[in-house]
Amino acid sequence: MSALPVPSRRQEDWRYSDIEAVASVWPLPEPTAITVGEGEEAAHLLLQDAADGSVAVHDYVIDVAAGGNCIFHLLNIGGKLGRVTFRVTLGKGAHFGLHGAMIGGGTQTLEIITSVTHAEPDGTSEQVIRSILGEKAVGSYLGRIEVARHAQKTDASQSVKAMLLDRTATANAKPELEIYADDVKCAHGCAVGELDKQALFYMASRGMEPRAAQSLLLRAFVAGVFDGIADEEDRQRFESAALAKLDALAHRGDAGGEGA
Amino acid sequence: MSLLNIENLSNAIGDKAILKGLSLSINAGEIHAIMGPNGAGKSTLAYTLGGRPGYDVTGGSVEFDGKDLLELEPHERAAAGLFLGFQYPVEIPGVSNLQFLRESLNNQRKARGQEALSGGEFIRLAKEKAGLLSLDMEMLKRPVNVGFSGGEKKRNEMVQMGILDPKLAILDETDSGLDIDALRVVGHGINSIMRKPDKAVLLITHYQRLLDYVQPDFVHVLAAGRIVKSGGPELALELEREGYAHIVEAEGASA
Ligand SMILES: Nc1ncnc2c1ncn2[C@@H]1O[C@H](COP(=O)(O)OP(=O)(O)OP(=O)(O)O)[C@@H](O)[C@H]1O
Ligand SMILES: [Mg+2]
Repeated sequence: MSALPVPSRRQEDWRYSDIEAVASVWPLPEPTAITVGEGEEAAHLLLQDAADGSVAVHDYVIDVAAGGNCIFHLLNIGGKLGRVTFRVTLGKGAHFGLHGAMIGGGTQTLEIITSVTHAEPDGTSEQVIRSILGEKAVGSYLGRIEVARHAQKTDASQSVKAMLLDRTATANAKPELEIYADDVKCAHGCAVGELDKQALFYMASRGMEPRAAQSLLLRAFVAGVFDGIADEEDRQRFESAALAKLDALAHRGDAGGEGA
Repeated sequence: MSLLNIENLSNAIGDKAILKGLSLSINAGEIHAIMGPNGAGKSTLAYTLGGRPGYDVTGGSVEFDGKDLLELEPHERAAAGLFLGFQYPVEIPGVSNLQFLRESLNNQRKARGQEALSGGEFIRLAKEKAGLLSLDMEMLKRPVNVGFSGGEKKRNEMVQMGILDPKLAILDETDSGLDIDALRVVGHGINSIMRKPDKAVLLITHYQRLLDYVQPDFVHVLAAGRIVKSGGPELALELEREGYAHIVEAEGASA
């Protein structure tokens, strides 16, 4: 149990969080530890679909030893606050992959917060995050990457894209790089967009109903995030949970986002 | 009875007036061609008939197959039998052509009170139309228009037309970007899909070459937002020889 005071928004990791919701479950339990041994491979999953109005905070501390490989698939869609954090340390030539999607509506606050430390040379990390936010939902990704002084040949990438269904929804994406080594590749891309209006008209001109068109475009947007889940049943569980959440979002506002 | 009857149509994009009292009537069984200078409003006419958001109708009326076209949403216009061949077909990453077309066709069929096609029936139909346009079936498994060459996009538009089987096709520069062989294939495709007594085509083009394959019954000149001259197929040849300047002047298009 943590004896720390309830965090405030002045703290970097909490700047977009729902502090009131956090306070209601404070203190948080100890984080879940995942240790991947030398040359081992590990695949983990979290489907965070807590009940409406509840508070779900999941913290992971992940250590990947030399030559190890850890892949994490995450679907973050439940609760009034759904917060998932990762503190990852990579050994020599180790790999960490995070493939995550957040889908939120109402007044949900969804967060994915990562801190990946490349402590030794030749490590690689890849983070792909897709968010779809409607109504007054807030979706945030804070991704810190630290590359130690001697961790040469590190290759770290972050690809973060958010789609806003309503003007009232908010997406925050904040990559933060602290690089002390000089021979390092760090690629990050962030984009916030709306559904492609040209594509929507093209689809309508072929007879597709607005709702069907919107749903196809949204599926296409998150498709791929869960392709890497090895177990067929798990993959389908993630995909159908994502689709069900998308459908719920699309049907709530009724007529699908036609600009005047 | 006319399939499409446009009377005095005016429109604006933002506060810029583009179409300025355009009238045109097309009967079932006819093929019409519209030619005209760049920026005349040809694509604007196509988009306005398709109901593209932002293309506001400011006056006039359009009747299509007995319905008030302007009352319908874009997808309802398609279900009523209108097809738009785009001058610049849109790319849709992550959505395959087959998925896109099956959903479109079945949405149209639902709107008309028809049964949805099964997966097998749909694939058979798609294969037939892709074959007609010499488009590799493998391409239809790829995302809509993504990575297609200019000519492939135009052939794909025609495959879509074949599958959706509209009553009226408005084809905006479907011939641009096609090589000589593809032009012939597309021309024959248009004829075999659309040259029927109960269908009609409005071809928007700059050149005679497509009209060699798809012979029009009527040719119109659109300039400054209106039809300024109409004639038979010989008008296209005259335009190709002499350009637009003398017609546009003689007909006082600047009004
Ligand atoms: N979105 C827009 N906003 C403002 N003006 C526009 C817009 N789209 C078209 N226009 C203008 O409307 C006029 C007609 O354009 P349109 O594309 O219909 O011409 P066109 O006859 O199809 O030309 P082309 O032969 O070059 O294809 C042009 O002056 C163009 O600049
Ligand atoms: Mg044009």
